Amino acid sequence: MRKMLLAVLSRVLQTPAAAAAAGKTGAVSEASRVMVASRNYADFANEATFEMKKCDLHRLEEGPSTTAVMTREEGLQYYKTMQTIRRMELKADQLYKQKIIRGFCHLYDGQEACCVGIEAAIKPTDHVITAYRAHGFTYTRGVPVREILTELTGRKGGCAKGKGGSMHMYTKNFYGGNGIVGAQVPLGAGIALACKYFGKNEICLTLYGDGAANQGQIFETFNMAALWKLPCIFICENNRYGMGTSVERAAASTDYYRRGDFIPGLRVDGMDVLCVREATKFAAEHCRSGKGPIVMELQTYRYHGHSMSDPGISYRTREEIQEVRSKSDPITLLKDRMVNNNLASIEELKDIDVAVRKEIEEAAQFATTDPEPPLEELCQHIYFNEPPFEVRGPNQWISYKSTS
Amino acid sequence: MAVVVAVLRHLAPLGPRLTRIPPHACAGGRLLQHRRGLHLSSPAAIQVTVRDALNQALDEELERDERVFLLGEEVAQYDGAYKISRGLWKKYGDKRVIDTPISEMGFAGIAVGAAMAGLRPVCEFMTFNFSMQAIDQVINSAAKTCYMSAGLIGVPIVFRGPNGASAGVAAQHSQCFAAWYGHCPGLKVVSPWSAEDAKGLLKAAIRDDNPVVMLENELLYGVPFELSEQAQSKDFIIPIGKAKIERQGTHITLVSHSRLVGHCMETASVLAKEGVECEVINMRTIRPMDIEAVEASIVKTNHLITVEGGWPQFGVGAEICARIMEGPAFNYLDAPAVRVTSTDVPMPYAKNLEDNSMPQVKDIIFAVKKVLNI
Repeated sequence: MRKMLLAVLSRVLQTPAAAAAAGKTGAVSEASRVMVASRNYADFANEATFEMKKCDLHRLEEGPSTTAVMTREEGLQYYKTMQTIRRMELKADQLYKQKIIRGFCHLYDGQEACCVGIEAAIKPTDHVITAYRAHGFTYTRGVPVREILTELTGRKGGCAKGKGGSMHMYTKNFYGGNGIVGAQVPLGAGIALACKYFGKNEICLTLYGDGAANQGQIFETFNMAALWKLPCIFICENNRYGMGTSVERAAASTDYYRRGDFIPGLRVDGMDVLCVREATKFAAEHCRSGKGPIVMELQTYRYHGHSMSDPGISYRTREEIQEVRSKSDPITLLKDRMVNNNLASIEELKDIDVAVRKEIEEAAQFATTDPEPPLEELCQHIYFNEPPFEVRGPNQWISYKSTS
Repeated sequence: MAVVVAVLRHLAPLGPRLTRIPPHACAGGRLLQHRRGLHLSSPAAIQVTVRDALNQALDEELERDERVFLLGEEVAQYDGAYKISRGLWKKYGDKRVIDTPISEMGFAGIAVGAAMAGLRPVCEFMTFNFSMQAIDQVINSAAKTCYMSAGLIGVPIVFRGPNGASAGVAAQHSQCFAAWYGHCPGLKVVSPWSAEDAKGLLKAAIRDDNPVVMLENELLYGVPFELSEQAQSKDFIIPIGKAKIERQGTHITLVSHSRLVGHCMETASVLAKEGVECEVINMRTIRPMDIEAVEASIVKTNHLITVEGGWPQFGVGAEICARIMEGPAFNYLDAPAVRVTSTDVPMPYAKNLEDNSMPQVKDIIFAVKKVLNI
């Protein structure tokens, strides 16, 4: 107690100087602000229990629990991660409009609870593969913001040295980033086959969208995954629109969690990071126990259009977007939960926002000033582990040396 | 010596089917022989069909590296649609030899994913015609991933199966995909002719850390070839990207791959009686192509004919001719390079029409005489 008072006092004694420098007056209000910010851990709860929406079940007797415990530390981490992804995607939007990012750019803002909830439920040794709306997962799987933004701007410091771009970012146990709709689903089942083959109790989480859910190769994959009991969680991120086509116009059955037919499934509130976490834990346990694959549908929403070339309002209304933002925003939901349950203060979360913005700004600064890859990089990595060879250029007099 | 061997190879397909040599009985002396007395080669060489050579290669590589596994339709309990994988499921079991449902796109994708995660799959397409269902996985998932990930993710996979014309199977089951797959950077494409090619290239393909498309030919599966003692070794590899001169010659160069190498050899032996010596090059690999071998040959013979089973437009022969034009060998040509290809038509069924839709020996002989102006 005495230590706390001393800490407050020393802060109060400091602030007049800072206040004078800033041209502000009112040491008292400064002191009270400082006092709030100096609250130590004893003033917050360590954890709280939350109620979540019940998951709809398909071929399952029981589902994940409808209550979850979240610690203060977990909450702060989920908050920071989601906010980082949010601001990173908005920064990408800005850079795209400045034409510093080119080509395809599919943004994930609105869907943050999905990738953060999933990562919270699995281990770094598990495997993840997704489609092209991949920046969020690239981050949660361990690639720093700076390398993601620099890949988007096509510079040599990018996580794929500028050679992949938005849809082709990879890291250990994260297989992209895949541009062909649905193609990542058989790949994910193949990764799960390798998990089973090596016997190290790892699983693979294979994501696809509501649009991809109508791809034939997904049903071929469901069949083989079930036959061979592959440890694969098939996760449909249902954000209600496949490009500009709403789910009602694309699918005869919009119960994506049932479309694995003989594969059990659950439908999850994808805007609630805890619901996603608990459902993923449940699904992971199902796979690890050898029961075979499982399907998870995450009901979520994207604020941006399909990509940066889509304003996103010709096939849906601004009111709909606004309604989701005000009622179901995943970051706001988490913030309210934390503040209302004394897991954090608003100021503390604001400080996190400030830190996140700073990190994104610095990353963007690097991403816009890093040089493009050198020309020699053009023909590197065509093959893996290969002795050097010549690559033909645009005409027979231009050739490059390729080393792996 | 080479002539004798060539003549024997020419005779072999016309003779009765050889008894197959079981995969384990290749080393040492207790071997089934045929026309043994005519052989002037080393006594340790044996006759092996392409089918058995492939089977041996698979067996040896499955044994050598436990990350290698085989998947495809009917590869396990049926012993393989063309019996290439005979005995392997019995020996290695469900984990290493996997029967798939009829889902090319699905199982090809699964195989590529498994390769990305550290296994070394051999994915069989019952014929390469069916690979078109899965071609996105071969090109966009397998071939391009190493490049897109700047070398982070390798895809050590082999796609294999029969390619090109068979006998009487008509249009949808007879297409040659050498040009299609040979077009794409990131892939390696091999096309064996002899048993030695088949064994050495399949082993090299499995050991290669890159996606390799191996275009076999159904009509060659039953054909016996001499397998030298060296080729019988468990570590016998043929380097990918190197052509082989099957027959030395001085008057004209015949370049081919897969089954038509045999047609070229026959052409050469017929023409030899007329005093025309053909050099026959077996490309063995479509991509990366060993154009230097062709160039070196043209420097010697000054004349070039390419022979392939695919269609003429945008084919393997077209690529060879273009590269020769661009390179130093152009100056050594005494006549324009010529292509012999399949007729530009979907494969018909009736035997006479089928025969005329593919290159025959007489067509190659005719082309040689045209080029040499004799």
